[in-house]
Amino acid sequence: MKRLTSLTCYYYLIFTLLILVGVNTVNAAPAQPKQKNIILATTTSTQDTGLLDVLIPIFEKKTGYFVKTIAVGSGQAMTMGAKGEADVLLVHSQAAEKKFMTDGNGVNRRLVMHNDFIIVGPPSDPATIRQSKKAAEGFKKISMTKALFVSRGDNSGTNAKENEVWKAAGIQPEGQKWYQQTGLGMGQTLGVTAEKKGYTLADRGTYLAMKKNLGLDILLEGDGVLLNIYHVIEVNHAKWPKVNAAGAKAFADFMISKQTQATIKTFGIEKFGSPLFFPDAEKKIEDLGK
Amino acid sequence: MTANGPSMPILQGENIQVQRGGKRILDVSSFRIVPGEVVSVIGPNGAGKTTLLQALSQLIHLGKGVIYFQGKKIGADMTPLDYRRCLAMVFQEALLFDTTVYANVASGLKIRGLKSSEIFSIVNTRLEQFGIGHLRDRSAKTLSGGEAQRTSLARAFAIQPQLLFLDEPFAALDPPTREALLEDLNRVLRASGMTAIMATHDQVEALRLSDRIAVMNEGRVVQIGPAAEVMNHPVDEFVASFVGMETIFEGKVVNCERGTAMITVNRSAYPAAADALPISMTAAPLPMAEATDTDMNGLIIEVSGQAKAGEQLLCCIRPEHVTLSPGVRTDRSSARNAFPAVISRISPAGAFYKVHMNGGFPLVAYVTVQSIEDLDLRVGATVTASFKATAVHLIRRG
Amino acid sequence: MDIIIEGIKQALSLLISLDPEVMGITWLSLKVSGTATLISLFIGIGIGTAVALTSFPGRQIVVSLINTGMALPPVVVGLFVTIFLWRNGPFGALEILYTPMAIIIAQTIIATPIVMGITLAAMQQLPRKLRLQILALGATRFQMVWLLIKEAKLSLMAAVMAGFGGVISEVGASIMVGGNIKGYTRVLTTATVMETSKGNFDVAIALGVILLLFAFAINLVLTRVQQRERPR
Repeated sequence: MKRLTSLTCYYYLIFTLLILVGVNTVNAAPAQPKQKNIILATTTSTQDTGLLDVLIPIFEKKTGYFVKTIAVGSGQAMTMGAKGEADVLLVHSQAAEKKFMTDGNGVNRRLVMHNDFIIVGPPSDPATIRQSKKAAEGFKKISMTKALFVSRGDNSGTNAKENEVWKAAGIQPEGQKWYQQTGLGMGQTLGVTAEKKGYTLADRGTYLAMKKNLGLDILLEGDGVLLNIYHVIEVNHAKWPKVNAAGAKAFADFMISKQTQATIKTFGIEKFGSPLFFPDAEKKIEDLGK
Repeated sequence: MTANGPSMPILQGENIQVQRGGKRILDVSSFRIVPGEVVSVIGPNGAGKTTLLQALSQLIHLGKGVIYFQGKKIGADMTPLDYRRCLAMVFQEALLFDTTVYANVASGLKIRGLKSSEIFSIVNTRLEQFGIGHLRDRSAKTLSGGEAQRTSLARAFAIQPQLLFLDEPFAALDPPTREALLEDLNRVLRASGMTAIMATHDQVEALRLSDRIAVMNEGRVVQIGPAAEVMNHPVDEFVASFVGMETIFEGKVVNCERGTAMITVNRSAYPAAADALPISMTAAPLPMAEATDTDMNGLIIEVSGQAKAGEQLLCCIRPEHVTLSPGVRTDRSSARNAFPAVISRISPAGAFYKVHMNGGFPLVAYVTVQSIEDLDLRVGATVTASFKATAVHLIRRG
Repeated sequence: MDIIIEGIKQALSLLISLDPEVMGITWLSLKVSGTATLISLFIGIGIGTAVALTSFPGRQIVVSLINTGMALPPVVVGLFVTIFLWRNGPFGALEILYTPMAIIIAQTIIATPIVMGITLAAMQQLPRKLRLQILALGATRFQMVWLLIKEAKLSLMAAVMAGFGGVISEVGASIMVGGNIKGYTRVLTTATVMETSKGNFDVAIALGVILLLFAFAINLVLTRVQQRERPR
């Protein structure tokens, strides 16, 4: 009898697995017609703050498109776009974006929103950057006191901004003992920074989202150079015929639509007490931060 | 029934060759078995017994040769699968499936797609026949060696094979278990009249179970015949030593009259033996009237059989045919051949002791423990070893 | 420490409340990894058995390849699968990158060599003469293979566990080929990574605990079956 039950168990297992396959083949087939899929390559910050979790369901419901959000660094997002492996990008890496456009990889680059980068560090602030107004000055102090600086080092938008500031400060931090690169996303990099009691450059949204567990303070903010500006770019359909141009346009249009902009404006207030992003669709880039 | 009978062979292998690693490991020109016959294949390890069984049962690929089953050529008149379904094989290891005893015995029938109800009665019969009915629901992994081998045998018999192959089925068992199982197998084999081929390296097993014995060496069948014939009349030195003719020495026929040959032991072949003998004995062997040959250096023995004078022969004697008496005896009434010999070694051999002696040529005898004490046998002692003229088997040298 | 206790509490409340998102992610993980394991069983046991029972030139190399494959890093698999499935790649026309199917493919590639390697070892551990014994019982070639597989079932159960354990816990390939798309390709591991990077350590721990619970429950069932097969 014992043998019988064990065999039953065995067959039951196989049976269960078979059912799983059955269920799966139904689900695995695209739920929408092919052209309904949109691949959105974006930065981790838009996903990690939860903004896209709010916006995308609205967009999908409204248009019937199915958005596959691939959250990677801005650098990788643009690489995907340059290979025609994404339809639309939501990124925040100005210099790289401009190159992306001049290379003819994208069309219709439009301003969506901004928030800002902040320099965070331990409340004790050993490098005393709290008194500084300019980001470059703060970085200089960090390098002079050899206080630990944690960089994402992942070619993301935040990383690009950080490099821009180092350049402005005239410092080449790579290879220095006090300069460490995590190669991780913003959230994890903040975690590392908190553990090591170092400094890092972060986007405000992610910082606010994680603040409760970190024990890091905002030590420097408000410098114009620290603006974190998000653009939406449609990948050039002419260059990559497989790109879902209509879908990309629909998503880009949605991002700058009045309703969406209003949603962005209030996003985060409830949870963090202040908004995480500032809608900019109506503005010019020169006017930001004023 | 014997090979000489008129019946058609149930199994016939012709010109069978098997190669492995570029080496020919089996080369048998003809092998036939008639229905109801039990044939043992004996030989030392590596002689090709297992290969022969596996080749005849078509479990391995033949390099060359043809197998006929009931006159049908395998691979032409009959598929190998159909042929395999007419036979069963029991290996040295029980090779049971990891399931119950019952399911093991039923496995061959299940493979043949029999109904559970049919299987049930057949399996129960076989379980009882091999005395393992009480084990039917036990897991095969928990069986003792003997129980496992009984299960394996029951599994083989359950499929009612027309041919049963047994590859050293008892080699891994302890003597009492082996004894009981041998007895049961013999009973079932004889009761069913099943044709069987058994490979073994144990001549006693072969003698007890089989009608005929085949002796193998280096991939060839060197002798095949009725059990008694192979045991008592080996065709060459290899077979002789393998079937237990411990005493083997070279000799030359002096003369032969009325079925009795006088043979001189070729002493030069045993210089070490001669050196070890006391001078008095080598110089003066027991006088023999017939020993008129000028070669007085040779010991002369008397043998029943036909031989030509001057012929070179091998003389073989089974140890149980050599008797020992204490001291140097001159009276030769009981045995024609009596030689003084010095004991060189005494070693235990099962229920007996094996006594190695030197009487100008090497001699081996079996004695009981009792005799060792009674005759005060010990290494270095001199005894008289005697054997009958009929106990000597002669092998002509090729 | 507090954060772990908090996380476990959170895990329990997510489980007890049958949080639809967590349930969805868990169910998808089981479906995807279960399917990948099942497919890898068919391929792995099939090829593993074939390699174990045959000899052919270059067999050594094949065995070495299988054994190397057992340690395939998931991210490497993810990378190659991604490249192959890119819409401009060789299998782009299928449009299955960033779908559960893509994760199944990647996980199947990860699990198959594991199952194959364990099968190969298990079949080679069976006595060589058992094959002859089965043939002598009158089995067809197919019956022989089936009986051998049944004979190795305890080890094959280990193959199931190792394969399933390998894929349900891997994250590198899933995130690359699946994209961690909410409600579509987000599985327990990728969700855990994401929640960690969001700083939601309690949710991350909760997901981790759920992952462990499932891995444990499934292995418990398989182990019980396996142990029951053992002689007492």
